[in-house]
Amino acid sequence: MAVSDADVLHVAALARLAMPADRVPALVRELNGILDHMAVLETVDVTSVGDDARTAMPRRDDIVGSVPLARPLAQFAPSPRDGFLLVPRLSTHSQLGATEGDE
Amino acid sequence: MSTAMETDVTAGFEMVVGLEVHVQLKTQTKAFCGCSTNFGAPPNQNTCPVCLALPGALPVLNARAVELALRVALGFGFTVNARSIFARKNYFYPDLPKGYQISQHDTPIAEHGRLDIGLLINGEPRVIGITRAHMEEDAGKSIHDRYESATAVDLNRSGVPLVEIVSEPEMRSPEEAGAYLRTLKQILLYLDISDCNMEEGSLRVDANVSARPFGQVRLGTKCEVKNMNSFSGVERALAAEFRRQCGVLVAGGSVQQQTLLWDGAKGEIRPARSKEGSSDYRYFPEPDLPPLLISDAELARVRETLPELPAARRARYAAMKLSEYDVQELTADPATGPFFEAVLALHADAKSVANWVNGEVRAVVNERDTAWDAMSLEPARLAALIDLVRDGVVSSSAAKKIFAQLLVSTDTPRAIAERDGLVQVRDDNALAGWVDEVLAEHPVEAARYAAGEKKLVGLLVGLVMKKSQGRADPKLVNQLLSSRATG
Amino acid sequence: MTAQDVLDLSAAQTARTIADRGASAADVVTASLARVAANAALNAFVTVASEADVRVAADVAPQGILHGVPVAVKDNIATTTLSTSCGSRILAGWVSPYEATAVSKLRAAGAVIIGKTNMDEFAMGSSTENSAFGPTRNPLDHSRVPGGSSGGSAAAVASGACRIAYGSETGGSVRQPAAFCGIVGVKPTYGRVSRFGLVAFASSLDHIGVFGRSVDDAAVGLQVIAGHDPQDATAVDVPVGDYRAAAGRPLTGLVVGVPTEYYPASLDAKIRAKCDRAIDVLRQLGAEIRTVSLPHTDLAIPVYYILAPAEASSNLARFDGVRYGPRAAADDLSDMYERTRSEGFGPEVTRRIILGTYVLSQGHYDAYYLKAMLVRERITQDFANVFASGVHVLFTPTTPSPAFTFGARSDPLDMYLSDIFTATANLAGVPAMSQPIGLVDGMPVGGQLLAAHFREADMFCAAYALEHALGPEALA
Repeated sequence: MAVSDADVLHVAALARLAMPADRVPALVRELNGILDHMAVLETVDVTSVGDDARTAMPRRDDIVGSVPLARPLAQFAPSPRDGFLLVPRLSTHSQLGATEGDE
Repeated sequence: MSTAMETDVTAGFEMVVGLEVHVQLKTQTKAFCGCSTNFGAPPNQNTCPVCLALPGALPVLNARAVELALRVALGFGFTVNARSIFARKNYFYPDLPKGYQISQHDTPIAEHGRLDIGLLINGEPRVIGITRAHMEEDAGKSIHDRYESATAVDLNRSGVPLVEIVSEPEMRSPEEAGAYLRTLKQILLYLDISDCNMEEGSLRVDANVSARPFGQVRLGTKCEVKNMNSFSGVERALAAEFRRQCGVLVAGGSVQQQTLLWDGAKGEIRPARSKEGSSDYRYFPEPDLPPLLISDAELARVRETLPELPAARRARYAAMKLSEYDVQELTADPATGPFFEAVLALHADAKSVANWVNGEVRAVVNERDTAWDAMSLEPARLAALIDLVRDGVVSSSAAKKIFAQLLVSTDTPRAIAERDGLVQVRDDNALAGWVDEVLAEHPVEAARYAAGEKKLVGLLVGLVMKKSQGRADPKLVNQLLSSRATG
Repeated sequence: MTAQDVLDLSAAQTARTIADRGASAADVVTASLARVAANAALNAFVTVASEADVRVAADVAPQGILHGVPVAVKDNIATTTLSTSCGSRILAGWVSPYEATAVSKLRAAGAVIIGKTNMDEFAMGSSTENSAFGPTRNPLDHSRVPGGSSGGSAAAVASGACRIAYGSETGGSVRQPAAFCGIVGVKPTYGRVSRFGLVAFASSLDHIGVFGRSVDDAAVGLQVIAGHDPQDATAVDVPVGDYRAAAGRPLTGLVVGVPTEYYPASLDAKIRAKCDRAIDVLRQLGAEIRTVSLPHTDLAIPVYYILAPAEASSNLARFDGVRYGPRAAADDLSDMYERTRSEGFGPEVTRRIILGTYVLSQGHYDAYYLKAMLVRERITQDFANVFASGVHVLFTPTTPSPAFTFGARSDPLDMYLSDIFTATANLAGVPAMSQPIGLVDGMPVGGQLLAAHFREADMFCAAYALEHALGPEALA
């Protein structure tokens, strides 16, 4: 299951990292070296391994009150405006309107 | 060929629909932080280190969100998983601060529910399987049309708790999808877990649609349709998308799996803008949150708080010999029933109480767009008014006038009736006087009536009522006139 | 006693001296800053607090057990007064608008934060060579690395600037630099110290840890930050023991396990000899020495280098230029993301994000991530079995070699293998610590103690005794 140039480019796109062509071969080589070292896991028998149940999820009461900000968002955001956070528009967003971010 | 194009392209094809419903839970605070969930705050006001995804911040689960999710699970007959797992769904979008959404993936809180959608197919009730209900957090809002070449992000909604209810692909028509959604929403409102307001986004529906030739077992390629803002919009969008897919298939093409947006104003389907690289979400268990454990004891506690659901209430009302219409109306929303029953407790005739509640009272509720319990009408006063009608103290038409006064006055119905001269006159002498006068003023009709033309009684009663300015008891007038005809 | 002299007292003695008005807190922290300045060549700090600020902080510090004690904090633990840049360009100059729970506890105990220490970018590294702000040098030999990723904190303590410093651990990032710099480094049980405000690298493996000049300094340092925190769902609500109570306690009845897997044939003979001597000392002190086995030890590095990058790839997605941090100029959102992140992250972070994204991506999840999770359970079970058999603590070497020279581990895999004896404790969540047990070729060697979950006190018991018995010899 060797990593290819195409894998590195695909994964870099998923991770939103620019990947100049001249960096690809070295990364492919390094990743294959690292993943070769991982191959030993294939030989481990894990058939009887159960779920990890170290702790149960604690729950918080539904009471308004959050960790306060020592400085407001508008003071540290790169591009605040009218209370909003502005970002460059996605170029494929040719049409306008509000979208639901939820997938 | 041209005639073939004009025939219904959908002929011979079966529609297959599965629905994903996102329900915003009615909590005070977000799913994983103490920020308020109130709607309409200034942009980014309801944010904190956690929902802004500041470096180092960590999520802590809202107990109330779990409780409401369990209500959903019990309300739809789901199996609750004693141990469920939150996962990270990884994708980049400006309104997703962490770069991942916390959602349940492999092991949701509830699985295997079912919903009787209230339709009969070949005499059998239509029951739709519900695959799962899982907890997740909402994303923020991206507004693309407010600023030149920039998208504005508001994270007030980021982290608001949702339950996503995913159906099996078991619906076969827009009508079934509509019935599923209406039934689902009704139960959700009874469970009191969400406002279920599609316009404000507290209930959102995505539909998966495919088409296949009748008789084919294998499912066709599905497309996802989003952006519907009403149930009728969902029905129209499904019909439009089904027609589109059938057109592709009839023309010998194949349907490409894609996400589409419904444009309700134009009544059109169009492809969604692509979210580049978003197809591989790289789900993995959220390491910041241990497994969510639900004990039998907790489930039992939630079950005890579960309100009566629509089906049980309908059965109870039907047993009161109310009409199908009355039962449907009284149970349409969760609040009508309690008001109806509060009146019924003081006035035993279910039918007349139902008439009032489904008639005059509902009209006021709808007109004022108010809640039943927020209306300035105590059930006891309505019961007293219905008593007055039953006892013949006031007429039905006078009762309607009194009802209008009940909403603006604190007087009792009887006091209003007396004040406004709406008490029916039942005094024999007074009634006899009016009858005599009417007969004297209309000698021709009086003579024909006396001669046995009984159908004139209606006319004469009306005249007496008019003369009495509506105060005469029409029943007694009727009796009096009958005695004159025979006397 | 001068303020400089007070700096050389233990942290507990420093606080006591200040409380008894033997020295002023403000003068002690000022003296600490003078030592930081004198050792500027180490590049141990990314940000140093101003003298005016620390004097004010010292004056108003509560009279807790660290009253007036200067401490250094790793650059990935959120503070509102000093920047928290994680050794990265993508957070350069970032001042957190909220504070880590551990930092709030430190302040409440009276400690004064003198600065934020250098680190491998986002704690990814074992040498502090991967910092956007230049490498940190080992105070004992400037041609060598201090270890990493908490190299700055280790160098701060080893250079005498402070007795206690805080770091973080994901695979050994406190214990390994402690070993390299000849000081004590403790990683508590997972869940013992809140992670709220610790900038995440790999959430299921990340711990805040503590460096001490001595075992007692480390014990006090841990004591003040340990405890439950409702802001961290993985923090465990178990009572905190008194770690210092173990000082001077005899080791009679203590069972020390020596796991064979940590003493491979390939282990440097001089390091093995130092370990053997330490084990002998423990035996002479009354401990029972038992040979034990942790059979899945050699799988720790493969498991670690799947899980840690996978979690990191997700944890570092928030650095997108939308809400904070620098944003690269771009007309399109996709360009903005790519430029901001590519300009912001260094090569090791990029490598791990790529690796982590790969092992989580479609078609690879089961073979890598899921398998690694299951093997992790095997490793955890190994420890559970050994501790259930009556063993109280384990003794092993901390690292396979002493501090190496700059650039000596240029191949990523070579660097990764230097975590071989430490990553297991992060995977299993058990507490572990390193303390000096002697010098090899003039550089210190660390001995590692490990204990069962929440049994830090057992570990400290052995550590106090060993430190006392070895004496200054440990560094000679």
